[in-house]
Amino acid sequence: MTFIAKPKVAHPSLPRNPLGLTRRDYEGALSTLCAGCGHDSITAAIVEATWGLSLEPQNVVKLSGIGCSSKTTAYFVSGGHGFNSVHGRMPSIAMGANAANRNLTYIGVSGDGDTLSIGLGQFCHAIRRNLDMLYIIENNGVYGLTKGQFSASADVGTKAKKGETNVQPPIDPVLLAMTLGASFVARSFSGDKQQLVPLIQAGLSHRGFALIDVLSPCVTFNDHEGSTKSYAYTREHYEPAVQTDFVPLEREISVEYKEGEAVPVVMHDGSRIVLRKLDSAYDPTNRASAAAHIQERMKAGEYLTGLLFLDETAQHEFHQVNSTPVAPLNSIPYEALSPGSQGLKKILARYR
Amino acid sequence: MEPTDTSHPDYYHRVVDCQWACPAHTDVPEYIRLIAQGRFTDAYMVNRHSNVFPGILGRVCDRPCEPACRRGRLDEQKPVAICRLKRVAADHRDDVAARLPAIPKVKNGKRIACIGAGCASLTVANDLMPLGYEVTIFEQYGEPGGLMRTNIPSFRLPAAVLNEEIAMITGMGVDLRLNTPVASLRELLATGGFDAVFVGSGAPKGKELKLPGREAGAANIHIGIAWLESVAFGHVDRIGKRVLIIGVGNTAMDCCRTSLRLGAESVKVMARKPRGFFKASEWELEDAEEESVQIVVNRSPKAFVVESGKLSGMLFDQMEYDLDAQGRIRAERVVGEEFLPADDVILAIGQENAFPWIERDLGIEFDKWDVPVIDKLTFQSSRPGVFFGGDAAFGPKNIIWAVEHGHQAAISIHRHCQGEPVAERLPPGINLQSRKMGMHEWSYSNDYTPVERRLMPHVSLKERFKKLNIEVELGFTAEQVEQEVQRCLNCDVQTVFSAKLCIECDACLDICPVDCLTITHNGTEAELRTRLKAPAKNLAEPLYVSAALPQTGRVMVKDEDLCVHCGLCAERCPTAAWDMQKSELRWPLAADQPQPVPAPAAKKIA
Repeated sequence: MTFIAKPKVAHPSLPRNPLGLTRRDYEGALSTLCAGCGHDSITAAIVEATWGLSLEPQNVVKLSGIGCSSKTTAYFVSGGHGFNSVHGRMPSIAMGANAANRNLTYIGVSGDGDTLSIGLGQFCHAIRRNLDMLYIIENNGVYGLTKGQFSASADVGTKAKKGETNVQPPIDPVLLAMTLGASFVARSFSGDKQQLVPLIQAGLSHRGFALIDVLSPCVTFNDHEGSTKSYAYTREHYEPAVQTDFVPLEREISVEYKEGEAVPVVMHDGSRIVLRKLDSAYDPTNRASAAAHIQERMKAGEYLTGLLFLDETAQHEFHQVNSTPVAPLNSIPYEALSPGSQGLKKILARYR
Repeated sequence: MEPTDTSHPDYYHRVVDCQWACPAHTDVPEYIRLIAQGRFTDAYMVNRHSNVFPGILGRVCDRPCEPACRRGRLDEQKPVAICRLKRVAADHRDDVAARLPAIPKVKNGKRIACIGAGCASLTVANDLMPLGYEVTIFEQYGEPGGLMRTNIPSFRLPAAVLNEEIAMITGMGVDLRLNTPVASLRELLATGGFDAVFVGSGAPKGKELKLPGREAGAANIHIGIAWLESVAFGHVDRIGKRVLIIGVGNTAMDCCRTSLRLGAESVKVMARKPRGFFKASEWELEDAEEESVQIVVNRSPKAFVVESGKLSGMLFDQMEYDLDAQGRIRAERVVGEEFLPADDVILAIGQENAFPWIERDLGIEFDKWDVPVIDKLTFQSSRPGVFFGGDAAFGPKNIIWAVEHGHQAAISIHRHCQGEPVAERLPPGINLQSRKMGMHEWSYSNDYTPVERRLMPHVSLKERFKKLNIEVELGFTAEQVEQEVQRCLNCDVQTVFSAKLCIECDACLDICPVDCLTITHNGTEAELRTRLKAPAKNLAEPLYVSAALPQTGRVMVKDEDLCVHCGLCAERCPTAAWDMQKSELRWPLAADQPQPVPAPAAKKIA
């Protein structure tokens, strides 16, 4: 929590994106989270990623539920649209908004409580419907806003601040998403922006549901010895499997990659990402072997990170499946949207 | 890069750009904070400690601090009006008599002669009188002050201000001998009975311009500093209607503005080179131009034109210059000739020190330009016990340099008189003290205020020419002071980092408004500069590099260049690895040097 206002002054040679905006233009209100919260770093990574993609702020929709994590949508892209939903119900709101206007960029920010406890059902169905959005879980393993009880992502054996040990097995959002058929699944760490920023950019360019589970240490209730989601523990057990380089639409791939170790993938919007395997045994395009590998590393106590699974050829994005119109509903004339009383009678007659 | 050694006093001193640039190392941010609190007397005393003449310097200082001010590096911002705020402290202070150092009644038996009652000698007296020395100042004129009195016109520096601050020093019991020029140093050394001599006689000789017609037109051709001196003492009170000033330094600015007050109607300042090459301070040029002085560039003097025994004007070559990419002159040529009519011409093309009264066989070495050879650290000449300072030492500089020369020479004189080696001196030091008061509370005003530099109000153009001594600058209003003090960035409230506490959460990097922090793997300086969050282009500002961080072995890098000292890094740090600590420079003066232990009083034997 900070009471000093962030001065408006900026570095005079701060770079500008093609829209003429600096990173500062993608910031939001000053964070009221604890000093050192991992969530604030994720916010900074979102700022950096959205600036780098030159997203027009008015075309960004920020959605969240309840919890520390869900406060973060206020802290980036202040020029965007925002919706703070009921606890765990963010996917429903995202669903409705996305159905009405598919031309906006949807960023949902949730936490391990909001997603894996109260909102687990909502989360699963958003994946199942393959909603075109970026879904970031700020995962710290505790309920920070209610003073640090274990959440559904707490690992077996992790210790709470007051000493008790967690005995219930965690729900892993990455494995869950892979089982449910998600086409973009990634894991990262708030303390590694070099990995996180291109992941967010790739996720925003992906058509369909893109999940990034971000380990985000709770500096107040889960950063002690014995915790498996502290800064120190995460760094010790952190294993990048795939490095993702994001190449925006207008830029050519300038780096030379050796055959076999790098897989270039053209994203739906024409931008490209290059997946570089840091672990030769890992194949991020094979769902079954990737899931098995993730499980194996998890058993060994490692956090496997990077873009863990990608299927850019998936054809079941919500709008594709339902053949919805491209034009946002608010741009379709009332007459076309409303069948009128005669039309309604005809429709009802079909059910008689 | 090796971890930065912040224990070296230069590191944090350098971050306080104004204090680093000030020859006397005035604690600028501290006095600005005191002014902000309305503690004008305290602010004055902070100034007086290092620069001795706050009232004078608050008006006419050369202000090396202002171009250095970090505020001037931020986007479209002008530096803090440091000099004008100094004047605020001087104008609004209470009587400081009780706060001046006590002068011991029992003297230490050492006698010091100072030659010339200018700012350098007065500083020597100021530093040595409280230590028990007996100081005698020899002054050729009837009033003390040196060039501050003779060369700075009273419409810029009122006599009352000058007199009061000089009196603070002479009032310490200095033996001030007015109208007593020293005609022979040999005689003074032989018969004066002094333990040390300080030469603070300035650079009193104006440069001559030997061109055809110089002798014939002599009655109307004046040497700038001599002419200003005659004006100051009332010997000259008028000048012709059309005046040409040759040269474009600060003396030229004083000459042109003085001419306007003595009856001149058209005053032209003639510059040989284009504007970027002018020696005058930007603000002095502005003040002259505000008074409709015309500055004519690219005119090189060729001849004085004398008609029927009287000066009628001057002939100039019209110059043209080719500049290279860095703005330096690559080639010059004459492209024409121009005659400008004039009733009087004033030469303001520089000044030199001159020592006709120093015999050359006294063991004082003079170099091939006939300038005494002076040690840059101790200000001692090649004859032990004879010291030089101010313009007399290294040629014309300015008041604030002369004050610092005086401080350093006073240390040397003290050590010389105590039989200590003069070159061994106390090193500077720095103290750091946390400004953290509690949760989210810092004992300094860390809000960044986006207001622009306040403009100094002037006496109207109609009023100011009525008398020679109407001070043009009115001083800041209360409202202006209130706003200007908030523009200071508190550069002395340092960001102090302890690598061992850092958990690399990135909170400080994310919040820094000017992107001056980066956590990255170490490298060479040149390469590291390219990998920072914002480009570190100012190569003059060294990078701070921490020790390896505990979790990943990377390093914290800070580019001090644009830090606004808002304290958000410390505010956001969960482990207090960053702290805001006020640095206080300990710049040793004579009083800080080891003092002799007074001999115990002889015991009475009963």
